[in-house]
Amino acid sequence: MKRYDAVLVGAGHNALVAAAYLARAGRSVLVLERRSLVGGAAVTEEVFPGFKFSVFSYVVSLLRPEIIRDLDLPRHGLQILPLESTIVPLDGGDYLGLWSDPDQSRRELARHSPRDAEASQVFGRLMQHMAMAVKPILGMVPPDPASLAPSDLRGLLRLGGHFRSLGAERFHALYKLMTMSSADYLDEWFELDPLKATKAASGIIGTFLGPRSPGSAYVLLHHYMGEIDGAFRAWGFQKGGTGAISEAIASAAREAGAEIRTGAAVARVRVRNGRATGVLLESGEEIEAPLVVSGLDPRRTFLDLVEPGLLPDEVVEAVRRFKIRGSSGKVNLALSELPDFTCLPGTGPHLRGAISISPSLDYLERAYDDAKYGEFSRRPYMDIVIPSMIDPGMAPPGKHVMSIFVQYAPYHLNGGWTDARREAFGDAVVDTVACHAPNLKRAIIGRQVLSPADIERITGLSEGNIFQGELALHQLFFLRPLPAWGRYRTPIRGYWQCGAGTHPGGGIMGASGRLAALEILGRRTG
Amino acid sequence: MLKTTPFHARTAPLVQGQAWRRWGGYSVASAYELQHEHEYAAIRNAAALIDVSPLYKYQVSGRDAARLLDRMVTRDVAKCGIGQVMYTPWCDGHGKVIDDGTISRLGESRFRLTSAEPNLRWLSLSAAGMEVTIEDVSERLGALALQGPLSRSILERVTGAGLDVLRYFRLLETTVRGIPVTVSRTGYTGDLGFELWVDAERAVPLWDALIEAGAAYGITPAGIWALDLARIEAGLVMLDVDYHSSHHALIEAQKSSPLELGLEWTVGWDKGPFTGRAALCAERARPPEWRLVGLVVDWTSLEALYAEIGLPPQLPTVAWRTSAPVYRDGAQIGYATSGCWSPLLKRYLALAHLQAPHFAAGAEVRLEVTVEHHRREASARVARLPFFDPARKRA
Repeated sequence: MKRYDAVLVGAGHNALVAAAYLARAGRSVLVLERRSLVGGAAVTEEVFPGFKFSVFSYVVSLLRPEIIRDLDLPRHGLQILPLESTIVPLDGGDYLGLWSDPDQSRRELARHSPRDAEASQVFGRLMQHMAMAVKPILGMVPPDPASLAPSDLRGLLRLGGHFRSLGAERFHALYKLMTMSSADYLDEWFELDPLKATKAASGIIGTFLGPRSPGSAYVLLHHYMGEIDGAFRAWGFQKGGTGAISEAIASAAREAGAEIRTGAAVARVRVRNGRATGVLLESGEEIEAPLVVSGLDPRRTFLDLVEPGLLPDEVVEAVRRFKIRGSSGKVNLALSELPDFTCLPGTGPHLRGAISISPSLDYLERAYDDAKYGEFSRRPYMDIVIPSMIDPGMAPPGKHVMSIFVQYAPYHLNGGWTDARREAFGDAVVDTVACHAPNLKRAIIGRQVLSPADIERITGLSEGNIFQGELALHQLFFLRPLPAWGRYRTPIRGYWQCGAGTHPGGGIMGASGRLAALEILGRRTG
Repeated sequence: MLKTTPFHARTAPLVQGQAWRRWGGYSVASAYELQHEHEYAAIRNAAALIDVSPLYKYQVSGRDAARLLDRMVTRDVAKCGIGQVMYTPWCDGHGKVIDDGTISRLGESRFRLTSAEPNLRWLSLSAAGMEVTIEDVSERLGALALQGPLSRSILERVTGAGLDVLRYFRLLETTVRGIPVTVSRTGYTGDLGFELWVDAERAVPLWDALIEAGAAYGITPAGIWALDLARIEAGLVMLDVDYHSSHHALIEAQKSSPLELGLEWTVGWDKGPFTGRAALCAERARPPEWRLVGLVVDWTSLEALYAEIGLPPQLPTVAWRTSAPVYRDGAQIGYATSGCWSPLLKRYLALAHLQAPHFAAGAEVRLEVTVEHHRREASARVARLPFFDPARKRA
C-alpha cells in the first residue's frame, strides 16, 4: 500500500493550490481526481472539434496575487488577457457601454445620464475604500468571535483594530453594504436602470437571490476588490481557457513534488479512532495518509466521503442546512460567424469584452421570480463573452466560441431536469440573445447546454452551485461552511477541507486552498 | 512637421487618442487604442503589427562590403551566411558603443544594416580605401514588425509559403499579393516574430494584405508603448534610454562598452581587427566594473511602502524611461534606466547599470521608487536577462 503525508480529494483549483503549498513545505502529496482532467469547474474542453470552451468557470477575477507569486504561475502558463468592456444591449436598439478607458466610459454614461456619470466616480471611490477594508479578510483564517482560543482572540483583536481604523463614515457604509439589497443600495446612487441592473447582476451571480433580496449588496464589493489588485492586472481571460489556470497550478504542484492522479475516484475517507488514516478509492485501492484534505463541497466532504455515524449529529444537521441551491446554468456555442448585435453592428472592440443582458432591475427581478417558483427564467440574466475574440486559439481561424453564463436556472426545477427541459432552457437562452443579435441562430454550429443538474453530474458540485455553497452573509467568514468548523478543520482529526465551501470561497481565487494549506502547516496568516 | 512613415495613410486614422511620439524624426503611434493593454496582449497572445519604418537602413554592397562591416561592428560578419541576420553593436576606437542594429546578408556582397541613428558618415569613414557602395535606403523602405505567437500563421497565409524553414535570425525574399517583400525572422519583442521590408511605394497594400489575412488570427496594430513593455521583458536595450551613443556622450561616464551592456556574446574575439578591438581586449582582461542587468522589484516590499500611506500599489501602465538610483547597504551602486510592470510575468521589472560586485544574479539591492511624492526604496533582486524567453522565439 502506498503511503503519503497528505492525500487531496479532487483536483479543483483550490485543492491544487493546497497541494502545491503542502508539497513546497516538503510533504509528500497525492492529489486524486475522479475525472480524466484536473481543474474541477475550471477546465477547458474541446466540446466540438476545433472549438475549445472554458466549460464552466470562464473568467479570472480574484486569483490571489500571493499565490501567483509564491507558485510562480506565469512560468507555468498563467497568462491573463484583458477583458476590456461591458456592453449592455437595451430594448429599443440602444446600448450602455462600460469601457476600460475612463474618458470613454464617462462620456458614454453621460450620454444616458450626466448625473450618473459623475456619481459613478464617487461611488467607485467609496466602493474601493470598502473593498480595501474587506480585502485583508480574504487573506486571513477567519477568527471565531465565539471562541476563546488565543489564535481567535488574536485575530479578532487585529480585525477589530482594522475596522476601527476605517472611521465611522466608512464603517457605516460597510454595514449598509453588508445588509441591504443591491437594488436599494444602488438606488441611493444612480438613476440609470441598466447601470444599476448591470452592477446588481454581479451581486446575484451564483446565489439564489434577486437584486431586491437583502444581503445581495455586499457581493458588489467583489468587483472592486479586483480593482484594488488593478496594478497587478490579474482580472480577465486566461489564455487557453480556465483549464489552463488549473494546468498551471498543477504544473507548479508537480514541480514541487506533488503527484496527481486522474481517473481515481475517492469513495471514502478511512477513519480509525477518530483520526483520518487515508482514503479508499472506488476501484478498491487503499492509500494511507495521516492527512486527508477534501477539495469537494461541504455536503460531499462531510456526508458522502465520511461513513455515516462518524460525525456528531449536530454537524450532520448543520451540513444539511448549509445552503447550496444551484441557480445558474451555462450555454456554450460554437459559431460560424460573429454575432452581429443590433445595438452595435459589425465587428468591434465591444466583442472583446462582456456582453451583459441586464437591461433593468425589473428584468433581473422577473428572471428571479421565475426561479422562485421553480422555473428557469424565460428571459434570463446573461453574462456573455466570446473567448475566441480574445484568444484566437479557442476556435478554428475565422470561427468563434461564445460562452453564456445564465441565471436563473434552479437546480430544483419543477418536474426535474430532463433532456427536453434542458433543451427548452437552451432555447430560451438562444432566443433571448437572438433578440439582440439576430444572426446568432444561423451562426450556431454546436450548442452545449448545461443545467445545474449537468454541472453537478459532470463536476460533482452539489446542486451545481458554482461557489460550493452560496456566498450569503450567514455562511461567510467564520461561519463558512459551518459554525465552529470555519477553520478548514472537521470533527475528524487529520481530515481537512480546502474547497470554495470554506472561507473565503468563490471564483477562481485559490485563497481557500492556500489558507487551508497554511493552517495545516501551522503557519500564521493574515 | 515631423516626417511620416510609408504606412501613415493606414496608421493615422487608427490612432484614437492622438497619442504620437517621435522616433528618428518621424511620428509613430504611441498607442492606437485609448489604452494599450490589448496591443501589448497581442504581442504575447496573437500577433501585433508594428510600424518600425523609422529605423535607419543602409544598403552596403560591393566587393569589400563584408570587409567593411566586419571592420566596423563587433560580430564576425564573415560567419554571416547569405540569408542570415546578425544583431550587433558597433564601437568607437575606445571600445564604446556608438549604436546597435542588425546586419542582413542579402547576397554574397550585398548587406543591409539597420540602426537607431544616422550612421552614413561613420560607415563612410570606416570604408576609406574600400571598394564598396553605401546607400541610405531609409526613406525608400517601409518596415513592419509582425510579432507574436500567431505571426507565422498569418505570414504563411499571406505568402502561401511554409515558413517553418525560416529559422531564427534568417531571412527570405518572397511576395505578398505580388508585392516583393523581404521577411526576416527578427524583432524587438523576444517573441516569435518577423520583420518585413518593403518598397515604400507598396507599403500600404502590404499593410492591407496583412490586416485582412490576420483578422482571423487576432492581428492588432500596436504602438510603441506596447513594444516598450515587450522589449523590457525581452531584456533588449534601447539607445538613448538604456545607453548613450559614444558619439553623443559629453563625458566618459555616459558611455558604455558592449561588455558593460551585457553584449559580450556579440564580440568576435577571434576575428581580425575591428574598431575598438584593442580597447575591448584590454577591458576583457580587467575585472568588469559595470554591467547592465535585470532587476525584479520585490512586490511585498513595494506593497508595504504603499500600505504605509493607505494605498494599494500604484504602477504606471506605460514603461518608464527615467533614471532611478539603485542602492546597497546605504550606498548608491548604480541606476536603473527603464522599467515596467510586466502584465505577462506579473513582476515589476527594470533594466539597471550596476557596479561590481553587485551585479551578480540573485544579489539583493534597493531601487528608489517614488511613493506619493516621497522617495522610498523597494527591495529588488538582480536577475539574468532576458526576463522572458519563450521556446517559440527560436523554435
